[in-house]
Amino acid sequence: MLKIDNLHAAVDGKPILKGISLAINAGEIHAIMGPNGSGKSTLAYVLAGRPGYEVTEGSVTFEGRDLLALEPHERAALGIFLGFQYPVEIPGVSTAQFLRTALNAQRSARGEAELSAGDFLRLARAQADALALPQEMMKRAVNVGFSGGEKKRGEMVQMGLLDPALAILDETDSGLDIDALRVVGEGINRIMRKPDKAVLLITHYQRLLDIVEPDFVHVLAGGRIVRSGGAELARELEREGYAELVA
Amino acid sequence: MSDVRNREAIEAAARAAKYEWGFTSAVEQEFAPKGLNEDVVRFISAKKNEPEWMLDWRLKAYRAWLEMEEVTWAKLNIPPIDFQDAYYYAAPKAKPKLSSLDELDPEIRRTYEKLGIPIEEQKVLAGVEGAKKVAVDAVFDSVSVATTFREELKAAGVIFLSISEAIREHPELVRKYLGSVVPQRDNFYACLNSAVFSDGTFVYVPEGVRCPMELSTYFRINAENTGQFERTLIIADKGSYVSYLEGCTAPQRDENQLHAAVVELYAHEDAEIKYSTVQNWYPGDEQGRGGIYNFVTKRALCAGARSKVSWTQVETGSAITWKYPSCILKGEESVGEFYSVALTNNFQQADTGTKMIHLGSRSRSTIVSKGISAGKSNNTYRGLVRVLGNAEGVRNFTQCDSLLLGDQCGAHTVPYIEVRNPTAQIEHEATTSKISDDQLFYAMSRGLSQEDAVALIVNGFAREVLQQLPMEFAVEAQKLLGISLEGSVG
Repeated sequence: MLKIDNLHAAVDGKPILKGISLAINAGEIHAIMGPNGSGKSTLAYVLAGRPGYEVTEGSVTFEGRDLLALEPHERAALGIFLGFQYPVEIPGVSTAQFLRTALNAQRSARGEAELSAGDFLRLARAQADALALPQEMMKRAVNVGFSGGEKKRGEMVQMGLLDPALAILDETDSGLDIDALRVVGEGINRIMRKPDKAVLLITHYQRLLDIVEPDFVHVLAGGRIVRSGGAELARELEREGYAELVA
Repeated sequence: MSDVRNREAIEAAARAAKYEWGFTSAVEQEFAPKGLNEDVVRFISAKKNEPEWMLDWRLKAYRAWLEMEEVTWAKLNIPPIDFQDAYYYAAPKAKPKLSSLDELDPEIRRTYEKLGIPIEEQKVLAGVEGAKKVAVDAVFDSVSVATTFREELKAAGVIFLSISEAIREHPELVRKYLGSVVPQRDNFYACLNSAVFSDGTFVYVPEGVRCPMELSTYFRINAENTGQFERTLIIADKGSYVSYLEGCTAPQRDENQLHAAVVELYAHEDAEIKYSTVQNWYPGDEQGRGGIYNFVTKRALCAGARSKVSWTQVETGSAITWKYPSCILKGEESVGEFYSVALTNNFQQADTGTKMIHLGSRSRSTIVSKGISAGKSNNTYRGLVRVLGNAEGVRNFTQCDSLLLGDQCGAHTVPYIEVRNPTAQIEHEATTSKISDDQLFYAMSRGLSQEDAVALIVNGFAREVLQQLPMEFAVEAQKLLGISLEGSVG
């Protein structure tokens, strides 16, 4: 599904990613761990196409297409979703309006019919219920006045509605209490744990991986993947830290 | 006015569209000679079969105008205007007749489509020959709806006419109210308008009547080509209500560069007038060439106790906008509201805002202004809240927000507050922000193109104002904001 080959990227001319290669197949969940500043968020932004994140070498293909040639919204329409570490506020735009506009933009880019307001609301209600968010949240402006936990659950509502093939989740677990963590983790499993979908999960902590069990764990340090393994690698890191790997 | 430039533009447009300009000599005689003098004022009045008192009123205005000077206090760079180098009656304003929409400037056509304007309606806006009747059908479903509409108003006792008709048919009303809110000598442009106004709208809603529908220039017979010196007079008698819509979201071109309209609203005791405007005159091109100068005087008198006037405006067009829809809150407990979105792009300049003059005790006013600047444009909010000494318990709330796109535009806020009574409560809030890269990328990562993302964010910014508009208007206005900003980011 996703093939990253020798990816180098720089921000403001400063090299951050220094040769990442990674293949993610449908049905797989990959966790990326690593110390602060190792390039985890940069990798997520490069994959989603954030302006200012300059690819200097290497390639990324998604379902055989050159991902790096596409605009962020074109990547979204192909089925790539980025869950933000810090979801952004958009004052005056209701969450429902935002998501319906986004979903219909994706659908029309794929040549599908747009959803009516009624059909959309039914879908949105189901997703909000599943993440234990009040319906009323849909009427509030995007992320404005949301608590940290509400923002992260809101991201999962968006993911459920947009129904992507590949979700890149950037520290979706940060700032969550134990209960919210469980709701969010179960949301990831429910929405993405399917044979035709894949997840790239960026996290610092084992506690999310206890709920969303990864098939592969990669340790990113200094802009490179320094070690890969199965779920047991994450538990080892939890016990022993990154010090030995990074050194 | 630089008529030479206008002429050139017209000729260029004529060549481009390959139509025959086609003024016959008979039509030619409908023009007053170029320039402005008493004879031209007399000619205009005679052409409209006006009574003697109306001519006298115009002449008085003309003589006053000769002694007045142009406004210079606004933060606007206005090129010198030669008022003798222009036509004041039946200036060559017939739209080019097209034989089909295919002949229309593709850029305008594209905008129509983006606004979702039905094909038949597009034909009317573009001036396609023979389109009128069909379009009336398209807009109103059938001609009979338009007729029903007029009958319904008549049954309610609402007078809704062009001002020329009203001068002939209801001289007592026009004479009583014309100039009662905006005196002739109020300012240079209002005075000029008083002398040479071409046409406009007259509305009278009798005591206790709630006007059964939204009134729109769109519905008015003879609504076309009154743009240059438009004159509007709306009177709401005791306890009545009327909502009036002015303008159109479709881009409107006009070969007259200077527009100087006057709008007067008069609200009696317990009456309410809601006045909504969408202004999308030609703003000039991306290099700042051409475009309309829109110098408008709009004022309401809340004369009676508990009367209310609400101005809502969405201003996206014109090269230069100079406009301050205001309320004189004379009645006790009267209410004035001003909701404004002013968007400028490329080289557009807008200096707009409101005046709330509190004379009546316990009068209240609300001002919500949203300025959006992009390109190399300049956008100024200028507002005055004045509370007179014997007005007790007055309240005002003002909120001025500016949104910047890019780093070459300007946003300015110039609030004047003059309070002469210590019981007044005045609040003023102001913010300036930019569309952030974070917001743009967040929306794009969800599937919105950059243009759609900008439009969405801008509409969110302007929401408080847009929701004051009647529903159908609001939807069009939202699309308009997006279209007006195309190409302004990235």
